Amino acid sequence: MPEGRLIADKMAKCLTVFLVGAAGVVLFLIGIGLLVKAEPILGAKSLGDLLFSSNWRPFRGEFGFFPFIMGTAWVTAVAVVLAVPFSVLTALYLSEYAHRRIRAVAAPMVDLLAGIPSVVFGIWGVLAVVPMVRSLAMDVFGIPCTGYSVLTAGIVLALMVCPIVIHVTLEVLRAVPNDVRDVSLALGATKWQTTKLVVLRKALPGIGAAVIMGVSRAFGETMAVLMVAGNVVRAPDSLFSPAYPLPALIANNYGEMLSIPMYDAALMLAALMLFVVVVVFNAAAKLVLQHLAKGVQ
Amino acid sequence: MKKFDMRKLEENFFKILMIGSCVIVTGSLALILWSILRRGLPAMSLDMVSSVPKGGFYMGGEGGILNAIVGSLLLASGASVLAFLLSLPVSIGLNVYLRRGSRLASFARFSLDVLNGVPSIVYGAFGFALMLFFGLKASLLAGIITVALLILPIMCRAMDEVFQMVPKDMMDVSHSLGATRLQAALSVLTRQALPGITTAILISFGRGIGDAASVLFTAGYSDNLPSSVLSPVASLPLAIFFQLGTPVPEVQDRAYASALILTTMILLLSIGARVASRKLSRNIIK
Repeated sequence: MPEGRLIADKMAKCLTVFLVGAAGVVLFLIGIGLLVKAEPILGAKSLGDLLFSSNWRPFRGEFGFFPFIMGTAWVTAVAVVLAVPFSVLTALYLSEYAHRRIRAVAAPMVDLLAGIPSVVFGIWGVLAVVPMVRSLAMDVFGIPCTGYSVLTAGIVLALMVCPIVIHVTLEVLRAVPNDVRDVSLALGATKWQTTKLVVLRKALPGIGAAVIMGVSRAFGETMAVLMVAGNVVRAPDSLFSPAYPLPALIANNYGEMLSIPMYDAALMLAALMLFVVVVVFNAAAKLVLQHLAKGVQ
Repeated sequence: MKKFDMRKLEENFFKILMIGSCVIVTGSLALILWSILRRGLPAMSLDMVSSVPKGGFYMGGEGGILNAIVGSLLLASGASVLAFLLSLPVSIGLNVYLRRGSRLASFARFSLDVLNGVPSIVYGAFGFALMLFFGLKASLLAGIITVALLILPIMCRAMDEVFQMVPKDMMDVSHSLGATRLQAALSVLTRQALPGITTAILISFGRGIGDAASVLFTAGYSDNLPSSVLSPVASLPLAIFFQLGTPVPEVQDRAYASALILTTMILLLSIGARVASRKLSRNIIK
């Protein structure tokens, strides 16, 4: 006679395994959903036109994403160039040099800061970074600039990305076995030589993955960038020119997107672009990290 | 002898560089908190947290942001409950019913990890599409569903990690005493993982409460408290954003005060998560 608890167990198995599958499929559902919504514009225009044309006139049905793509690229590049050296050096210090007590305080602090919402970063950008960049441009370089620019967005984003890159890099460095450090030190290498030639070399793929995760965070960040980038529809040509990245485009125009034909499809296409790039980046980073984790075991 | 000096020089150079960047990174992050505190504190008042916007609030009139505080709390708690109801069975499935190294399990874990990196504006756009598909309007319900999707991967993977840490012996012991896998999962695994589960929920809650881009399209905005799950609802991040966007200095000051409220809530949640996990770990068997 089958007991109730055995039946419950069987049912639980079916339900949980089904939900595991469902959770795995969510990623694809989002991709397909965005693709379906973007289909009208993809069917009506050539992909080359959409990606490389600079004509953005939704009222006339012209949708050239080039200014926005370049805006995203500039802002992300500045953020990564600023964030990566600082983050990696900080992580190296915390993992290899810092006293255990400093590390015990600093590492949770960094994680705490990773949780600060992007609106708060944005408000700080408006408060502090915008005036700083404006005076830098006007007084030092003599370039007219409102302060809302590629550089401003890059600085704000860099600070948002730092905690993530530091966190992942710390984990990668922790996975480097202590034996290899000891061997190097025993052979007479200095601490920095050990760090540079042994630890860093072993951790390099993992640090690469950390950087990629940082890039994809910067890539899709919306609110902070929306508040400080300037939002002018023109491909930026310098650090001090305003930018209009893709996420800001979506966030700024959701209100009117249903009143203009094809506009909603265009914005969904922008979301799809972000989705595809981030998924590819993250998948690559995950594969690298998984490979490394296998090596440790 | 010369070589040795060079090595020492290099050592010190990089050490200074590392300490320098450590100071710069932590310093600028501390600076953010400091400037929010300095600008927000003077504009803070009891009215801010205890009343909804009254007439002319966005031109410097009376009122507060209770609508946004309540809205954010409702959005984040609704989403956390929804995400938890899905995450618990998924984590049990991953760790109890599926074999180690099962294809389905590694596929789901990989997919959730990738999903975790998807920007919240994409969730917002997808949630909006979903909303139109089901004929919903921008409302508390649509917001909750979107935020739940956003925090689902975080919660699932965090709980999954905790379950993986529970020693397999414990499950074996309960099986040998005749418990089914479901019984063992519910009364041994979840109890043993309770501190971690609490942390996972609090972290996801914090993420949900601070996110703006996902609720921008889906939750709408309203100066009133929501009367049902189908009414539009305000949220703290959007309240900050809208207040900062006005040209009136008093309203901008209130944006800083609102940012201070939001930051305090999130820091308290993160610290609470740490304390809770430490307190609760006393009750588990090591």
